[in-house]
Amino acid sequence: MGQTKLEMKNISIEFPGVKALDNVDFVTETGTTHALIGANGAGKSTLMKVLSGAYDHYTGEIYFNGEKVEIRNPKDAQEHGIQIVYQEVDTALIPYLSVGENILLNKTVNDMGKKQVVNWKEIHNEATEILKSMNLDISSKKLVSELTLAEKQMVLIARSISKKCKFLILDEPTAPLSNSETEELFRIVEDLKKKGVGIIFISHRMPELFRICDDITVMRNGKFIIKEKIKNITQNEVVEHMLGRKLDNQFPKVQVDIGEKLFEVKDLRDDDKLNGINIEVREGEIVGVAGLVGAGKTEITKAIFGAEPITSGKIFLRGKEIKLKSPYDAVKQGIALVPEERRKEGILVLESVARNLTAANLGNFTRKGSFLNFKKEKKAAREMIDRLGIKTPSEETLVQNLSGGNQQKVAIGKWLLSHSDVFIFDEPTKGVDVGAKKDIYELISNLAKNKKGILYLTSELPEILGITDRVYVVYDGKVVKELETEKTTEQELLFYSTGGKADD
Amino acid sequence: MTENSSPAQKKTFSFFDFLYKYGTLLTIALLIIIFTALNPAFLDTSNIINILRSISIVTIIAIGITISLSVDGLDLSVGSTASLANVIVISMFVWYGQNTFVALVAALAASLIVGLFNSFMIVKVKIPDMILTLATMFIVQGVALTYSKGATVSQNMVMPDGSYATGQISELFSKIGQVPWIIIIMLVIVVIVHLFLNYTKHGRYMYVIGGNEEAARLSGIPVNKYKVLAYLLSAFFAAIGGIVLASRVMTAEVNAGGPYLMDAVAAAFIGLSVLGSGKPNAFGTFIGAVLIGILSNGLVMLSVPYYSMDIVKGAVLALALALTYYKRKS
Ligand SMILES: Nc1ncnc2c1ncn2[C@@H]1O[C@H](COP(=O)(O)OP(=O)(O)OP(=O)(O)O)[C@@H](O)[C@H]1O
Ligand SMILES: [Mg+2]
Repeated sequence: MGQTKLEMKNISIEFPGVKALDNVDFVTETGTTHALIGANGAGKSTLMKVLSGAYDHYTGEIYFNGEKVEIRNPKDAQEHGIQIVYQEVDTALIPYLSVGENILLNKTVNDMGKKQVVNWKEIHNEATEILKSMNLDISSKKLVSELTLAEKQMVLIARSISKKCKFLILDEPTAPLSNSETEELFRIVEDLKKKGVGIIFISHRMPELFRICDDITVMRNGKFIIKEKIKNITQNEVVEHMLGRKLDNQFPKVQVDIGEKLFEVKDLRDDDKLNGINIEVREGEIVGVAGLVGAGKTEITKAIFGAEPITSGKIFLRGKEIKLKSPYDAVKQGIALVPEERRKEGILVLESVARNLTAANLGNFTRKGSFLNFKKEKKAAREMIDRLGIKTPSEETLVQNLSGGNQQKVAIGKWLLSHSDVFIFDEPTKGVDVGAKKDIYELISNLAKNKKGILYLTSELPEILGITDRVYVVYDGKVVKELETEKTTEQELLFYSTGGKADD
Repeated sequence: MTENSSPAQKKTFSFFDFLYKYGTLLTIALLIIIFTALNPAFLDTSNIINILRSISIVTIIAIGITISLSVDGLDLSVGSTASLANVIVISMFVWYGQNTFVALVAALAASLIVGLFNSFMIVKVKIPDMILTLATMFIVQGVALTYSKGATVSQNMVMPDGSYATGQISELFSKIGQVPWIIIIMLVIVVIVHLFLNYTKHGRYMYVIGGNEEAARLSGIPVNKYKVLAYLLSAFFAAIGGIVLASRVMTAEVNAGGPYLMDAVAAAFIGLSVLGSGKPNAFGTFIGAVLIGILSNGLVMLSVPYYSMDIVKGAVLALALALTYYKRKS
């Protein structure tokens, strides 16, 4: 077999208005797991896209074992055994085909040769073989549309290794996964590594990088900063290299006097997941909702916001019952929702940053007769770009050209421009770098200081402990426990999140 | 190898950007030059007015389509709606001896019923827009035919009972389809809708809905309300197109509006590429119609037979679409 060393040298690439990569070097080899880390917009995804042949207008060279190779399109990359799993797994799979067909898609498309008839038995046998080699318990005949997000990701990995695979790039694979799903992924990564595959792993979650990776490369502003063995570097050092400065106190909680009861949800139910949700939020209070991925947190936000039908339940704002039949009603009453799936629900990819930022609050940017005030819009957009540190060449840039984390900031900024009283955040820091996470916590704390009520839903327990005042734990569509943040611990939260019963 | 291949890459990039932005306008300029060279009469004022007059109805109908496109829909029933408005307006005069006001109101009201039907089926029943409006196209076409009993409606026509129709089309109404009014109406509509789509809150909301309906909904935009509005407006402009057509020919032929559908769809899609907007917009649609108008006019002047005209039109549409979508695919 032998080891293969991969070197990318002096890689540079430009897009209109941005030099996304500036003479980047990247070196890794088969049989190791290599972490690639950097702030949002640092160029991680772009570098990996270069390696996987998504761009042909870059400069620089790529070497395999010292031998120069040309990678200018995805086919080149695949011929050299480079496979990539993008973060948006849904776009890469065909939902109404079976798992087996999806895994062997390339084979059925490209390698049929003169054969005209598909041999289903062979396809399913082969796919099952691959799934078995990954110790996965997914039927090859199941439709992809019936899979969970994590399973879809596994299917994509299975597809990658069904082909020649020397290097497997995973771009933020763990962001949407639950803890147990993450463990499953790590097991597969370990397995692949043992089989001699080189894994390149992008993530904003430092602890997991330190757990499973051997080497780490840090990027900042499109430049290579440092490559180091994981065991020779600390998490703090990595953050410093990433941001170019020290990051003290991740959770900037300001002391706020908690006021009157602002918002209350009573016995919310729908005909599927939700089974009795009781939540109350006071002025200036940050209320956490903790729960594992799949516990029903997103369903709660949608139901409160009028975006999904409910079968029973009452919602009160400042003591008065309000009826929210649609998000339109909710927004009119001063409720804001930053949804979890930003690409699908939060942003308009084909519109400019400015237009995205004002979309939820356009009424404030009009003159008489509904005519838009472009100057005011531009000014507000620029301010928000500054406040959130959104990395973009200008407010006119299309959101699809921003990096993943910066798109998330746009989705949040949109609501900060509105004059809402109650803010619901659904996993707002997903895919956001540590520096920007802190910015977001700060913004949320400031909202609280201005007497807003905040509902903060997340599966990241340290966040709950870091910024909330009070926390509800949901399990299986039900609020199972209410806790004072100061008096609880990660263990206790985890205990209730996993269905533990209080039996004191 | 790598070093010198990438600057070249860049050049084609910017050249393409240029094409993308100005391709349509360039094509128009080129056509004008060619046609004028081949026949200097092409640039006569009378011919220019002639072209503008000839594209007026297409433009008005295409503006309706543009609005439906802005919410990511596509209204294919506009041609039939124009026919319906046409036959209603003429029949109001000829059969029922009504005045101009009543005739116009009747035609517009009928079109709004079509718009309401479309939006109800699309918004509430959730039928995909293209398929539904295709069905509507047939229904409305049939309604218009049934209403006119399959005959051309015109002044002094023979009625089923053997008598002659006595109603007259009003003087005022006949002006609508004549120069300069026909051109003025078109320009006013283009300007108003352009302002509406690009400079008002409502237009922005429509684009937001067209861009990502779910995100629009979760931003608190009343998505259904705006979709209804879009289909009402597209039916409304279709009716205006039908009315102008009625005034221009002073009769209501069977399915007179039908043939305008394809030209209007083409104009709206060519409009996507104008100035690189990539989005449906009224000004672009107008330019699209101008392009089609110049082509038809110039080819007629060159005595290209009418039956081969569609080949050219289709090719131009394909080219414009290529510009828009090739850019978008990145
Ligand atoms: N197609 C494109 N057009 C224009 N700019 C782009 C394009 N792709 C990336 N960029 C820009 O290049 C920079 C690097 O983006 P990239 O997606 O590589 O960041 P990233 O390190 O993956 O960040 P994140 O952690 O947020 O995913 C960003 O400033 C981004 O706006
Ligand atoms: Mg990225």
